[in-house]
Amino acid sequence: MKAIFQAVLIVVVFVGSQSGLAKEVYDFSNEAERERFHRFTYELRCPKCQSQNLAGSDSQISQDLKRELHRLIIDGKTDDEILDFMVTRYGDFVLYRPQFQSNTLLLWLGPLALILIGLGVFGWILFRKMSAQSTEE
Amino acid sequence: MVPELGHFALILALIFSLLIAVFPLYGTYTNNVMLMRSAHSLSIGLIVFVSVSFIALVYSFVQDDFTVEYVANTSNKILPLHYKLTATWGGHEGSLLLWIFCLCIWLFAVSLFARSLPLVIRTRVLSVMALATAGIILFTLLSSNPFLRLLPGPPPDGRDLNPLLQDIGFIIHPPLLYIGYSGLVVPFAFAITALLSGHLDSAWARWSRPWTNVGWAFLTLGMGMGSWWAYYELGWGFWWGWDPTENNVLIPWLTATALVHSLAVTEKRGLFKTWTILLAITTYCLVLFGTFITRSGIVNSVHAFANDPERGAYLLAYIVIIAAGSFLLYALRAPTVASLSRFKPSSRETFMLLNNVLLTVVMATVLLGTLYPMLADYMNWGKVSVGAPYFNFFWVLFTIPLTLLMAISALTQWKQTSPGIFKKYLTPSLLISLIVGGIFPFFYGEKYHLGGALTVAVTVWIFAVSFSALLKQTRNAPSFFAGVKQQPLSFYSMLVAHLGVGLLVLSAGLTSIYSDERNIILLPGQEKPLFGYSWGFDGVREFVKDNYSAQEGTIYVVRDGERVATLNPQKRFYMSGAMVTTEAAIEGNLWRDLYVSLGEAAEPKSAGGWIITVYVKPFIGVLWISMLLIAGGGFMALWDKRYRSRVAGSVKTSSTNTVQGAIG
Amino acid sequence: MKRLKLFIPLIIFVLLAILFTLGLGIDPHKMPSALVGRPVPNFSLSTVQDTTRIVDQEQLKGHGFALINIWATWCGPCRQEHPFLVKLANNGFPIFGVNAKDELELAQQWLKERGDPYKFSAFDPEGRLGLDLGVYGYPETFLINSEGQVLHRFAGVLTEKVWQRDFIPLINP
Repeated sequence: MKAIFQAVLIVVVFVGSQSGLAKEVYDFSNEAERERFHRFTYELRCPKCQSQNLAGSDSQISQDLKRELHRLIIDGKTDDEILDFMVTRYGDFVLYRPQFQSNTLLLWLGPLALILIGLGVFGWILFRKMSAQSTEE
Repeated sequence: MVPELGHFALILALIFSLLIAVFPLYGTYTNNVMLMRSAHSLSIGLIVFVSVSFIALVYSFVQDDFTVEYVANTSNKILPLHYKLTATWGGHEGSLLLWIFCLCIWLFAVSLFARSLPLVIRTRVLSVMALATAGIILFTLLSSNPFLRLLPGPPPDGRDLNPLLQDIGFIIHPPLLYIGYSGLVVPFAFAITALLSGHLDSAWARWSRPWTNVGWAFLTLGMGMGSWWAYYELGWGFWWGWDPTENNVLIPWLTATALVHSLAVTEKRGLFKTWTILLAITTYCLVLFGTFITRSGIVNSVHAFANDPERGAYLLAYIVIIAAGSFLLYALRAPTVASLSRFKPSSRETFMLLNNVLLTVVMATVLLGTLYPMLADYMNWGKVSVGAPYFNFFWVLFTIPLTLLMAISALTQWKQTSPGIFKKYLTPSLLISLIVGGIFPFFYGEKYHLGGALTVAVTVWIFAVSFSALLKQTRNAPSFFAGVKQQPLSFYSMLVAHLGVGLLVLSAGLTSIYSDERNIILLPGQEKPLFGYSWGFDGVREFVKDNYSAQEGTIYVVRDGERVATLNPQKRFYMSGAMVTTEAAIEGNLWRDLYVSLGEAAEPKSAGGWIITVYVKPFIGVLWISMLLIAGGGFMALWDKRYRSRVAGSVKTSSTNTVQGAIG
Repeated sequence: MKRLKLFIPLIIFVLLAILFTLGLGIDPHKMPSALVGRPVPNFSLSTVQDTTRIVDQEQLKGHGFALINIWATWCGPCRQEHPFLVKLANNGFPIFGVNAKDELELAQQWLKERGDPYKFSAFDPEGRLGLDLGVYGYPETFLINSEGQVLHRFAGVLTEKVWQRDFIPLINP
């Protein structure tokens, strides 16, 4: 059964290449790899451009980096290894998702502090309005 | 000659705006009615001279007057006429003039349509607006004069308008945006007037509300147009990139949204007075901050204007005067006595308060993310980039509760809402939204996506609760339709805007989750099955048009044996600046866009293959409708009878009363 | 006390204004190399001048201060920069070249026609060394010390002005 299936597959592939099946620029063996590549092109910044990610830029450097990214993913590198590869060459600047580290503490914790302050103020005003009610009414 | 005329008219406009800023204001303190009334005639002079100045610049563009430096830099002889017209605001100097023009339109509109206001109040509002305008005119004249001549030896053909701006979107987007941007000066002026006059009752909120709503609506439209333009012009299918320039519009939009709501509370209930004043001031200051960030070049951005720290210094000086002055006035004059009005946790006031708290936190977060790279650079923490992954994370985290609460607020009543109402109307909505959201991913997309479920659940929640609110409002009417007719316009304007937000959530969420994109290489005659369609390629032809030469691909899209679209993406080579742009081709309906952009010729070139990026973007069409609805909610304030009833008649009596009140 | 609270917005604004004023002095486009303070990455390449000679990072050491210049014949600005490199080399300043993503004959032709300022020019047709150096445009020039550590990176056309402004202060502090 399996052999027949494989034979059919080969025929299909063969017929496919005969009619000139279209290629993809960055080919991957599975969807998970393609997914990762896609995510990285959106989260890595083109180092030369003003403010664009790799997906949105056609500049030479971003084409080079996309090719490199493709190679790293095909080679089975982990996400951390890929990030490390980029950061050692281009610095934290290439990361559109800043890593959580000492120089981004304020960036990542700031909004949480803000929401806590905000909710604190909200609670305080509500408490005051309620206690005012109980004393005056 | 014409540029000199424009230059001279701008100087006269500066004088007129200074006159309005000084003499009528003086009149309000000396009870000199004639001086106060002069504000109106002076504002006619102002609008006339600013128009003359603006038209002079447009004329210089149409005439290809390349002796004018700004024209030479932003236009070209072979630029089509409609782009010559819009090149007027295609650079720093001209866009400032457009901003000034819009400010003066608002000033004149207040002078014309705010006749029902007490004379003192109207006069002070006009003076404050004129002062703000004068600062920007002065800045333009001193550091960014668009009328300066380029002598000797003007370039024969001019450089060019940035090709990305040679686009229909750029004709409409900046005027809308600047009308919205400058419209926020009106609530600012009302707030300053309230502080100056010490009349911080709900009256100023009532006067300021329609202006704020309309200005906010224009800003919303401007942002919507901006994202539409980015979506189809930048060629990679994104409508919001969290670029600093985009954030600079979003930041004041968020506080303006908070202001629209807190003004309602201040008008109806006399609460949050100090806070509303602060929001109005902050919003305008954030507009100025945004302008500063975009125009001084202190952050990296795709569409920032040229770097110019000197310009930045001028602008900063103006901002410091306006902002420090206003915040100081606020600190000294804002009332500290807490309102005696009370409300319960179940009241509409509570929801509005929470809405304002959340919007402020979101605003501060976006501001932090936008400024952080600069802060890190200055503190020697290294070069850091803050982009979409950061902003999206916090945006989703904070705005989901915001939109859920937004829907509920339509059910609430001032002072308190009986718990029975929440129970009666929210339970069915909750069930419906959970069920519809939960099953949606089973029918849509290849695998179950939790984000898709959440998105749909939030949208259904907003729609269901809004409909419940309508049911609740009409529950005492003889019939549902009779009740529908009875509801005030303000109720519907709120509903329309909130439903717009619902659609925005739906579209933004589903597009970001279910969009497909792929880089493929196609040879002529080839077809590639992808994302449920078959993408065929008919090759690339070359042609020359107007001021560019183009390569245009033909891609036909087939579904179930039927041709659904023929797309012609282009690569354009602009002759003047040797710049290349990609023009995506889009075939869209409400439910999905087929989006194709042309890359480069694939190796080996002899084969005639091309790199093509294909996107299938579901629900993006809904996005544009959602933005129209949100803005529409704001514009509906224009038709609200409450704001128009007292146009004639009572002007004189009320104004003299207030004059006496102010003096006594 | 209540009045004092109203000063909070003013204080926040003043802080922002200070940040903006300081920010005016910063050029956001200036990109320091991630390699500064670190050794030049490992490589092993043949040279343009002698295709049989294999060079690596060790050969960069022991020359005192030296430059690594990334160039290519297809790069327009490199043409503009070249005479200044020749002048520096004639004054005895050691320069190493990295010829990136180029064709050997064209590169050799270039050096023959315009003069060869390089002690050697590594031939890097795939641009791998350029990538490892974090190059994002051409030309780029790195200053290294005797131990082969990167001290500074300059992206763009190296001129007398840039040399005096950015490099001399590092060489003769």
